[in-house]
Amino acid sequence: MMKRKAKVVVVGGGLAGLSAAMKICEAGVRVVLVSHQPVKRSHSVCAQGGINAAIDSKGEGDSPEVHFYDTVKGGDFLANQPLVHDMCNQAPAIIHLMDRLGVAFNRTAEGHLEFRRFGGTLYSRTAFAGATTGQQLLYALDEQVRRYEHDGLVEKLEWHEYLGVVLDESQVCRGGVFHDLRTGAIFTIAADAVILATGGPGQLYGKSTGSAVCTGSAAAATYLQGAKYGNGEFIQIHPTAIPGQDKLRLMSESARGEGGRIWVPKDAKDKRGPKDIPESDRYYFLEENYPLFGNLVPRDVASREIYEVVYNKKLGVGGEAMVYLDLTHKSPEFLDDRLGGILDIYEKFTGDNPKNTPMKIFPAVHYSMGGLWTDYESDGSGNGLIDHQSPKNQMTSIRGLYAVGEVDYQYHGANRLGANSLLSCIYTGIMMGPGVANYTKNLDKAPEDIPSSLFDQARNKWESRFKEIKSMHGKENPYSLHNELGETLLANVLIVRENEKLEATLSKIDEIETRFGDLHCLDTSDWANPTPSFVNQLHNMIHLARIITKGALLRNECRGAHYKPEFEIVQPAEFDPHEYIDYLEKKSYEEVREEAFPPGHLEYMKKFEDNNNKWLKSSIAVYNDNQPEISYEDVDASQVTPRPRKYN
Amino acid sequence: MSEIVLVKIKRRENPQSAPYWETFELPNKPFANVISVLQDIQRNPVNIGGVRVKPVVWDCNCLEEVCGSCTMVINGRVRQACAALIDSLEKPVTLEPMSKFPAVRDLQVDRSRMFRDLQQAHAWIDIDGTHDIGEGPVIDQDTRHKAYELSQCMTCGCCLESCPQYTLDNNFLGPAVFSQARYFNMHPTGAMHKDKRLEPLIKEGGIANCGNAQNCAAVCPKHIPLTESIAEIGRQTTFYLLKKLFTE
Repeated sequence: MMKRKAKVVVVGGGLAGLSAAMKICEAGVRVVLVSHQPVKRSHSVCAQGGINAAIDSKGEGDSPEVHFYDTVKGGDFLANQPLVHDMCNQAPAIIHLMDRLGVAFNRTAEGHLEFRRFGGTLYSRTAFAGATTGQQLLYALDEQVRRYEHDGLVEKLEWHEYLGVVLDESQVCRGGVFHDLRTGAIFTIAADAVILATGGPGQLYGKSTGSAVCTGSAAAATYLQGAKYGNGEFIQIHPTAIPGQDKLRLMSESARGEGGRIWVPKDAKDKRGPKDIPESDRYYFLEENYPLFGNLVPRDVASREIYEVVYNKKLGVGGEAMVYLDLTHKSPEFLDDRLGGILDIYEKFTGDNPKNTPMKIFPAVHYSMGGLWTDYESDGSGNGLIDHQSPKNQMTSIRGLYAVGEVDYQYHGANRLGANSLLSCIYTGIMMGPGVANYTKNLDKAPEDIPSSLFDQARNKWESRFKEIKSMHGKENPYSLHNELGETLLANVLIVRENEKLEATLSKIDEIETRFGDLHCLDTSDWANPTPSFVNQLHNMIHLARIITKGALLRNECRGAHYKPEFEIVQPAEFDPHEYIDYLEKKSYEEVREEAFPPGHLEYMKKFEDNNNKWLKSSIAVYNDNQPEISYEDVDASQVTPRPRKYN
Repeated sequence: MSEIVLVKIKRRENPQSAPYWETFELPNKPFANVISVLQDIQRNPVNIGGVRVKPVVWDCNCLEEVCGSCTMVINGRVRQACAALIDSLEKPVTLEPMSKFPAVRDLQVDRSRMFRDLQQAHAWIDIDGTHDIGEGPVIDQDTRHKAYELSQCMTCGCCLESCPQYTLDNNFLGPAVFSQARYFNMHPTGAMHKDKRLEPLIKEGGIANCGNAQNCAAVCPKHIPLTESIAEIGRQTTFYLLKKLFTE
């Protein structure tokens, strides 16, 4: 008898989905690749600045260990350390692989890979291809997957949407339910395993730096079927974006990595053009407040500083919520070579040339550190590395269902460092490949042995759901209701969070859910009709909004991107994070005396420690009775001791 | 900035039904582009005659001109809708789907042929495996610079829409594929399998079918030097044919 070939469904064709597909094909397993659109158009193309790997090509003394420390510190110590450690260790090999795949990385004079600086580190660790690194990496993986498609190992189902998983009576994933976005047909695919690589939820906020497909709908649909969702409240606000009606376009952190400076006029009433304002009348607030990291503080810090300057000090340019990002001191040739793509975007969408005039930018919703809860297995060495053969890696709380990329909750803790997302997507896709292949080898039942009634039930459920959606004849326009949800979250669940407002937001979400019942499905035709699909996505977005808002309401502390002034523990100005390590050591063998540290420091450290004991935990949301039920899970901090962050 | 915008859209229900024009009148907004106007129509799908209609269907994703989704013909010119700012367009604004690809619905067309053609042209680098075997080849800055110009092709279809040789029912591969073949042939590893890319280009639908109209380079939103790629592929295929002649 011929040995049957295992089959894995990968949903999503961004960096994570494509690298997983490539690695799984390499193990000889067939892949069905499902995507909303041709995979080459996935949101990963929007990533601009680069991808991190501590190759230390400039002899600065960088190493994967330093990369690891910067990453967990940047994430305010909320990430499970073995995964981050393993990722940073694998990063150089990943860059070399992408280079071998033909990515047009910038080069040095000797023809080696060029690196630049990014936020949250003092080293040149970021490899880049102009300012379109995400696009270039995605294309290289797309090409490899096309090669497997050519060889018959990959079947692509583009213009298809994932609706949910097919679960058997023991809650094991046996396949998925899919929606053909052209014909409207709903069908199931039986598979050995399903991988969700469906990206982030930027559309939840209406306007973000996310693409149109980044609704978070797939993750939410899976949560509604019982999967755990982790760290939902941690939403990264990117400090520098360009205004727009349809989206807020990103202005990469690489603009600052290449020397861009952020400032506002010292006098809010200054009417002069930016080039006419002399240095002495400019307030370079990041450089003044953070002399060590300057314009390259992590994103959570930079966004909060901009918020402070614009809303509390009322120093926004022209009285608006905007600050200058200035590159005009750099030569046009340098800027073309290193930042070409993004400066073109700015000029195209605003009409101003950033080579001659400072850009006007402001913070925008950018990335979700949270996502579907996923598992991992340490390699047992005690070195905080991962067993790459384990089927547990990246498995969600549903057996046989995996999550990878922005849709999973690992790697970035409470705040992601720039140029680490491309790395985490590719690393994870590649790392999980062998484990998924092993999972398919040891399955108790092949998909063919599962009763077809299981799949029929799942299909019937979704067919009636779409029939129901199409029969909605109420008053509310789904696109307008989505707008309202976005505006609510933008106003209340952003950079600065207050419990009163978060509570009001939960009530507002309830109201939106009620009005969802009175929706009008504007288009009921069968052919290429995006409206019913959008209505279903909106339903899922409402639930995801609840996870994020409730998580934020319950977490009474400040950590990374989650900032609640009411619970801020103010760090003494002269504090050195090493004091905290001293304190912990002293505490282990004696009573620590007040005089052992500068005045006020011990009190601060005790507060910090108490807070960590209570809150250094991942929040886990589980769907119960139409609400997210939130519990907390310990974080693996086995490699470096969590301590106060400091960037000045 | 004008207060209102008139938009005329060429619509059709499905590939079998006849196309028709429908006009919408919308308030203009700061930084509005063709995408935000289409989004406004979704929120209030009423045409200029006050009739409630189905929202317009179109493709888009990244909205910053790097994904290649939202190609359409705007005021007679093929381009990305996201980068078409309303204030810089003549009014009324006319929107039409591309004509060189099978129609799907309204402004949506089916460009899957472009991706199939990339398969034909062996548009990838052949590697031994994804395991860690060390660094990639050393590449000089000039070659990298040239490669980067070509590697930004988003498979958007602008070049093919503007090309007189590319039609709905022929098999011409077109400038995007020629340029990709050149791109991979330029890479030190890619060059090892050059012939696999050149073989389909000497067949019917290949480089010989190019009429040299040069429209492609003029409309490319990424300013890819497509005519230069065509010339270079012409040269490479000539050598390849000669080599074949003498070795077979």
